[in-house]
Amino acid sequence: MKTYLPSKFLIERDPERCIQCQVCVNQCSFDVHYYDAEDDEVRSREENCVGCHRCALFCPTRAITISRNPMDYRENYNWRPEVIEDIIKQAETGGVLLTGMGNDKGQRIYWDHLVLNASQVTNPSIDPLREPMELTTYLGRKSDRVELEPDSHCLKTELAPQVKLEVPVMFTAMSYGAVSLNVHKSLARAATEMGTLWNTGEGGLHPDLYQYGSNTIVQVASGRFGVHPEYLDAAQVIEIKIGQGAKPGIGGHLPGEKVSTEVSLTRMIPQGTDALSPAPQHDIYSIEDLSQLIYALKEATNYTKPVSVKIAAVHNSAAIASGMVRAGADIIVLDGLRGATGAAPKVIRDNVGIPIEMALASVDSRLRQEGIRNQASIVVSGGIRNSGDVAKAIALGADAIYIGTAALVALGCHVCQQCHTGKCAWGICTTDLALTKRVNPDIGARRLANLLRGWSLELKDILGGMGINALESLRGNRLHLRGIGLTDTELEILGVRMAGS
Amino acid sequence: MAQKETNRVMKIDASGVSYRELNARLRDMTSNGTSKIELRNVYGQRYIGTDLGKPVNIEVFGTPGNDLGAFMDGPRITVHGNAQDGCGNTMNEGEIIVHGHAGDILGLSARGGRIFVRDDVGYRAGIHMKEYGNKKPVVVIGGTAQDFPGEYMAGGILILLGLNLTEEERHKAKFIGTGMHGGVIYLRGIIEDYQLGKEVGVAELEEKDYQILQKFVGEFAAHFGYKAKGILKHNFIKLFPRWLRPYGRLFAY
Repeated sequence: MKTYLPSKFLIERDPERCIQCQVCVNQCSFDVHYYDAEDDEVRSREENCVGCHRCALFCPTRAITISRNPMDYRENYNWRPEVIEDIIKQAETGGVLLTGMGNDKGQRIYWDHLVLNASQVTNPSIDPLREPMELTTYLGRKSDRVELEPDSHCLKTELAPQVKLEVPVMFTAMSYGAVSLNVHKSLARAATEMGTLWNTGEGGLHPDLYQYGSNTIVQVASGRFGVHPEYLDAAQVIEIKIGQGAKPGIGGHLPGEKVSTEVSLTRMIPQGTDALSPAPQHDIYSIEDLSQLIYALKEATNYTKPVSVKIAAVHNSAAIASGMVRAGADIIVLDGLRGATGAAPKVIRDNVGIPIEMALASVDSRLRQEGIRNQASIVVSGGIRNSGDVAKAIALGADAIYIGTAALVALGCHVCQQCHTGKCAWGICTTDLALTKRVNPDIGARRLANLLRGWSLELKDILGGMGINALESLRGNRLHLRGIGLTDTELEILGVRMAGS
Repeated sequence: MAQKETNRVMKIDASGVSYRELNARLRDMTSNGTSKIELRNVYGQRYIGTDLGKPVNIEVFGTPGNDLGAFMDGPRITVHGNAQDGCGNTMNEGEIIVHGHAGDILGLSARGGRIFVRDDVGYRAGIHMKEYGNKKPVVVIGGTAQDFPGEYMAGGILILLGLNLTEEERHKAKFIGTGMHGGVIYLRGIIEDYQLGKEVGVAELEEKDYQILQKFVGEFAAHFGYKAKGILKHNFIKLFPRWLRPYGRLFAY
């Protein structure tokens, strides 16, 4: 069928600069550039370009410029180009529109409407360059009270297992299969170096990565891929995945193109088949059932590690979170509307779920009202972009933050949203061995560790400016936040006052 | 001395004992090298057999609770009574023999090991079982099953014998093998086409299928005092996944 889709991008090749070296031909995994031997010239099939910039950045003479195709439709606020092109795509294929990465739509990003406080005159700010600043965070259930032995003053109360983070930023679940082994290696090494955790996602743990177990969160999701006693024992934290911000209520679906020999081994499914994670976990139909799985995992690891439960932020998150804590979750993870994915139906990604800021604020408030906030740590994810977002999330009540897209961008991702195709030219979201070697785990780990180091320094600057020397003092301290351009209802849910008040 | 300990049958009276305490005692006993444990008066304690990691023999008298043998890695559990939901959940290795019925999601996501149930089972038996290389879970059900047996199956062997059905009686399950993309189901007794999931195909058995059946129905018969020959005389059908990618055509890229 002839496609009615226009090219998304135009590719300009400066003939003065191009030396016909074909680097672009080799770098492009979307079959855009090709060498025409007859004319001895490198040419492009623009219609295939996804705008990942791999060719432009690897062109030794910087001969390539990629720009949006300026072909304008007649102005129409309702029938925007994306809407029209989605319909064309479906008319030509009859399928569910699949996409990668997080929601790219214009719903309000509340981080951009929250501002932080700083000390002026009445209390001194602290200079983090010369004074110690504390970012250390402990995840896990905290006791209601602690008792000491009367004579020795030793701790009498038995504490639930705690996990120490040097930086309150962890790498979120991205499964082996969705991303490559080299990405997992990069994440694991960076987490180990920086004293934080990375998360396997639900594709199992490659044998090469067991050595990083003490910085690893292993995931147990509805497909139960790669879950066995050794895997559970290796981890620092076990995470039950109920939902994901990019696709609340939807199961996982690793396209068969990405199920290579090695992925087939860790997942224990036939090579080339789609890895199907059912929408529900079929042993969890209620809070009581969730409790059953939480304690099954605690039994399986003899109560030595915290069990985390991850949900997508949805309308009833606060009530659900309360149930999760009462069910025995030591950590609860909220993944918001902008949470990303390796593959999800576009209609779900862009339309289902609520912003993470709202979910975090309401869950934190609810758990406080019920007097159970200490019983679980709160971790949030879904579109966290920089240390400013991190600081605001902590002030809204989060104990720690997960980043996914930001980590991938550190590895080279240009957010072209083609994760679901398995063709990632940056070698990140693919299992094609020719592509995966584009991520060098040594360099990848360096880039990720650098990112976390940068954010840590910035967080300390933010804290110092507020006159605080420990992140713990900012946690849930919403008086350090003010809202701008928000309605009364929004401010009320966020538990934040208007700027100026 | 250690040898003696190993050969002794340890007994636990489980009445009034919480699951956490019971499992802690099982953990202690198995780590001491006990090879056989008898649990009496079991009333709903969960997770029996979890986190033992050794080929210990556990005889359960009474009614074990949900998630019997969850994440199990080696033990052999014999239940003299009925098992509840989640029996063999994500089991890795070992054996569960149930002299009675079992509840829903029998063998959910099992990766290895064997489960034999003498009578009927609940919904979604064998859902999402997997296999790789030599690791292949086997579930044999003597009676019949509720809906969705073999749902999402990605590997392993599910055998449904229907021994408690009369000659004319159909199996009760509908949506058999829905979403199946690996593994095999052997079914003895009558079913209509509408009872099958859209993703399964039906085939006659071949020689190698009979060999598989002989092996596992043989084991089943030995556990429960049946004659394998009599069971195998009957007509069996084989259900297999029609597509490696049942939902491959669902998406527009």
